Amino acid sequence: MIRLIKRPEPSRVMVYLAPVIALVLTLLAGLLLFFLLGVPVGEALYAFFVEPISTRYGLAELGVKAAPLILIGAALSLGFRAQVWNIGAEGQLVAGAITGGAVALWFYEVEAWYVLPLMMLAGIAGGMAWASIPALLKTRFNASEILTSLMLTYIAGLLLSLLVHGALRDPDGFNFPESRLFHAAATLPIVLDGTRLHIGFPIAIMFVATLWILLSRTVLGFELQVMGAAPRAGRFAGFRESSVIWFCLLLGGGAAGLAGLFEVAGPIGQLIPVVSPGYGFTAIIVAFLGRLHPVGVLFAGLVMALSYLGGESAQITMNLPKAVTGVFQGLLLFFLLATDVLILYRFGWGRRSLAATHT
Amino acid sequence: MKSESPITASNSHEGTPLLDLRGMVKSYPGCLANDQVDLTLMPGQIHALLGENGAGKSTLVKMIYGVLRADQGDIEWQGAPVTINNPSVARGLGIAMVFQHFSLFESLTVSENIALGLGDSSGVNTDSLDEDIVTISARYGLPLDPERYVYTLSVGERQRIEIVRCLLQNPKLLIMDEPTSVLTPQEVDTLFKTLRQLSSEGVAILYISHKLDEIKALCHHATILRGGRVVGIANPATESASSLASMMIGQDVTPHRLPESAGFGPVSLACQSLTLPAADSFSVKLDDINLSVRAGEILGIAGVAGNGQDELINALSGEILLSSADMVQFKGQPVGRLMPGSRRQIGLCVVPEERLGHAAVPGMSLAENAFLTGAQRLSLSRVGFIRHRASRQFASRVIDAFQVQCRGSAAAADSLSGGNLQKFVVGREIMQKPEVLVVAQPTWGVDAGAAAAIHDALLGLAADGAAVIIVSQDLDELLGVCHSIMAICAGKTSDVFPAKHITMEEIGLLMGGAALDGLQATDGVVNGQESARKFGPEAPL
Amino acid sequence: MSETVILTLLTIITAATPLVFAAIGELITEKSGVLNLGVEGMMLVGAVSSFIVVSVTGVDVLGVLAGVLAGMLLSLVFSVLCLTLQASQVATGLALTLFGIGLSALAGQSMIGVAYEGLPKLSIPILSELPVVGQLLFSHDILVYVSFALVAAVAWFLYRTRAGLVLRAVGDSHDAAHALGYNVVAIRYLATVFGGACSGLAGAYLSMSYSPMWVENMTAGRGWIALALVVFASWRPWRLLFGAYLFGSISILQLHGQAIGLDVPSQLMSMLPYIATILVLVLISRDRGKIRRNAPACIGKAFHPTT
Repeated sequence: MIRLIKRPEPSRVMVYLAPVIALVLTLLAGLLLFFLLGVPVGEALYAFFVEPISTRYGLAELGVKAAPLILIGAALSLGFRAQVWNIGAEGQLVAGAITGGAVALWFYEVEAWYVLPLMMLAGIAGGMAWASIPALLKTRFNASEILTSLMLTYIAGLLLSLLVHGALRDPDGFNFPESRLFHAAATLPIVLDGTRLHIGFPIAIMFVATLWILLSRTVLGFELQVMGAAPRAGRFAGFRESSVIWFCLLLGGGAAGLAGLFEVAGPIGQLIPVVSPGYGFTAIIVAFLGRLHPVGVLFAGLVMALSYLGGESAQITMNLPKAVTGVFQGLLLFFLLATDVLILYRFGWGRRSLAATHT
Repeated sequence: MKSESPITASNSHEGTPLLDLRGMVKSYPGCLANDQVDLTLMPGQIHALLGENGAGKSTLVKMIYGVLRADQGDIEWQGAPVTINNPSVARGLGIAMVFQHFSLFESLTVSENIALGLGDSSGVNTDSLDEDIVTISARYGLPLDPERYVYTLSVGERQRIEIVRCLLQNPKLLIMDEPTSVLTPQEVDTLFKTLRQLSSEGVAILYISHKLDEIKALCHHATILRGGRVVGIANPATESASSLASMMIGQDVTPHRLPESAGFGPVSLACQSLTLPAADSFSVKLDDINLSVRAGEILGIAGVAGNGQDELINALSGEILLSSADMVQFKGQPVGRLMPGSRRQIGLCVVPEERLGHAAVPGMSLAENAFLTGAQRLSLSRVGFIRHRASRQFASRVIDAFQVQCRGSAAAADSLSGGNLQKFVVGREIMQKPEVLVVAQPTWGVDAGAAAAIHDALLGLAADGAAVIIVSQDLDELLGVCHSIMAICAGKTSDVFPAKHITMEEIGLLMGGAALDGLQATDGVVNGQESARKFGPEAPL
Repeated sequence: MSETVILTLLTIITAATPLVFAAIGELITEKSGVLNLGVEGMMLVGAVSSFIVVSVTGVDVLGVLAGVLAGMLLSLVFSVLCLTLQASQVATGLALTLFGIGLSALAGQSMIGVAYEGLPKLSIPILSELPVVGQLLFSHDILVYVSFALVAAVAWFLYRTRAGLVLRAVGDSHDAAHALGYNVVAIRYLATVFGGACSGLAGAYLSMSYSPMWVENMTAGRGWIALALVVFASWRPWRLLFGAYLFGSISILQLHGQAIGLDVPSQLMSMLPYIATILVLVLISRDRGKIRRNAPACIGKAFHPTT
């Protein structure tokens, strides 16, 4: 029987190879899935993975979808390293969209340079405010941030729905649950002419670089990692658990809020009842696929963005259900978690399962 | 069997051995834990398995108990060959074991814990089990309340659960792995009475220890292991402690001599009415603790695990902040509300008991772990950025100075052996030249060589003028390196006594919470100085 | 008046039942020391599987079984990843939920709008004809009775059987249980798969009885509320039943709010269960000592036998 043997030290090779193996396994599983659905396999794969990025516009769209994923995924990955499980980024994204969008509508008559920066600040603040609730409940009352941040996601969705049905509804919109369209001064500048690629993408890349430095060079980054790996050692060193929790949640909330603002001020251009196809949840996968490292998250964000584009393209050209995207994403995360075992263990043959080296 | 034990008549060497091991081999990758070990055990015999940490004692008994499987070797039980491939087979044969680390469930009751250890046959009829527990515990002097939850019990009481659990199975062989390391000397006496009673009833006892006095007092026979091999078979009653020790360690041992102190400086660290409520039902409250330690002095705090040592260490390190800053004073300055980093900054360093996960982050490199506590005092960071090279250099200096066996400063903390990691975490604090160093269990689970190196380093630190507090349950260690000794029991501390005037038995009484009459406390004794209990600014020497 | 009150009470029972199923299963899983955050995903896949099977075959029993089986299969995936391959339980549970959302949406694509009359009500003869009480207590579909029986069975199992004692022991200290010769991994597999079966059953109840149809994401966070319920109940089966009915009542408020003349936007009423979950978590969790005494000590920790 196959058994797992603990490696004397973590495998460097596997740290990089495991995500690749996971991707390949996901592809194979995808082939099987298409086969079972009775879909021509080759065509489906082409529609899913090649067609979307075969044009300049398609590549730009990849950036449009990747920007929020990278932004949120990078922030979440720091939190996950510290064992702060903010899984309500989707709600924080919505909160940021609401506050940022509200600023756009407030300055509806104003066409000034400062409107957009104000919207961005408001988006960040909205996401942070939403994330501060689980942070407060965790640090003051010990309530699991997993459950509170998730419950707040549902509440944020309902709040947005309430607002676009009421206070923020377009007065000339025939009672459609939509806000007014934002003016030019309140929409994001495009960085690639003829596409929808907005400044959110370069900002996301700068954010990744910043977090990389934070993680590898600063005491704060060290603190996060110690708190995640050995909280008692962190307290012994003098780090405060509560400040780590606050930092991680505010960082994730701020990033998600900004991503939400980018969605409404970019591709969407107004407030509507649903502003995200689940970026906040997919970012969790992105964080893990990127090995909880900002630079890994950059690549993982692009891969996951492709899965969104692929889903849309397969829906159009092959009439495949859009839900295939979700299945692919879930499968990828499963395979990734499964192949992670190779970093700490190797496979061997023998009677006993899970034998560990004894030192 | 080489020698007849003169101690007991019940120890018959005629007839069939109860247990006969031949050529037991067990290897782990990179380590031969047992190499051709033979062992013969007669019914009713109390047989010592003597050896240092890492000598292979635990590996051998785990194979007898079916927790580990031997690579090679034969086991005969009452003359018949047997294969013991899991603990329930062992229990079926009549083998019972009390582990060094108890296999207890904190949130379950005493009787539930015992039921779990009795195998499937016992069912869930806890009523009759409760009666059995009361009967057995009365018969062997091991009082236990079956309804109590384990988390409310002391370490000694927990060990009783383990023993009663074993006795309920009417064992023919009882294996005890370092049973006294968690007991006061008085509790040890009680345990020995129980064991002798069992022996007289024909139960064989395999007694694992590295404590020579105990083995001489209790055992009929000793097998000595070193480096996984049997290096001697002896009658402990006729051997001297030092001959046993030299067999165990492989060289002659010279007892440690505490250097005469030239005198102590002013009080460096003092606790004044240090009081800390229990955080929850799993922890101990600290109750009005007063102590002080002077520059150049080594103060030992003895105590059975779980009597408030962890809480005291955390209060001193700053992991738990106290309600009043005055409760901990560093050179007269109140520090009871300073964070750990600030305390290190001014020169108060701490080494907690748990090496992995508390003193060091398991998966991180030694350089990162050096940064963990060296950051403040050695300025290993600059405007929030880590000085990686300085951290690596600091780690390397610790590695060199303390001869830590590892692959350099990039090695992960959990890739080191226990002794080497302990040298690293103690060295890390000593190399910061603290003015006060508090160390918990500095040599717990560490081999003799590393222990000696750590003791030397602590003595050297004190000689250079630092105040040192050692919290330990190893009384030999405390008597060997400390100038003054006190005990902690149920969150309260005893008076302080000069180490050269106190005996192990007296420390045992203190650890049990008793007061000592007739022995004068340190106040006004050591050095003819003023009372160590006085606080406030001290006149310089 | 009685008619409205009885109707309200009946809807409370139907709203509470899926929570009872999902939470009691998770309670067993957590008691063994495993934290499976994939309840929502398992419920969804259970719901869609039941609905598909019952629509195709028309046999109610097969529908329920399909839901149970689907939940078990997903929890088996979780077990392999976490218990055998040592993956993080939190991450794997999240993955299970994300995967379940996608898979159920994909599988249920063709089921949207398909009609099904729902599980038949099992009126207990004579008793169900009693005034008020009869309608309230003795004329439900079979799964409601099963939910009560399940809570009773779990309570009996945990505190009255040896196997239950072993399960609690494994959750309290896997090292000690291993040292005593118990097969920690096997016991956790069983507990996790039982939890999956219950989540699948909860999903089956949703799509076959609560609202007999398939809608994407029809669980609407109930899986997460079930997780919170386990904490709320301090891992005690009877308290869990009480908690489920409390939450059932709150979620019914949103349906009946307008009916009883509350002029509050529907979105605000819909927020109630989520807000209540947060409040309850805060109230229970603030007493750290209590959580520590009641929570299985090993919850969420990977177990790797070292021998």
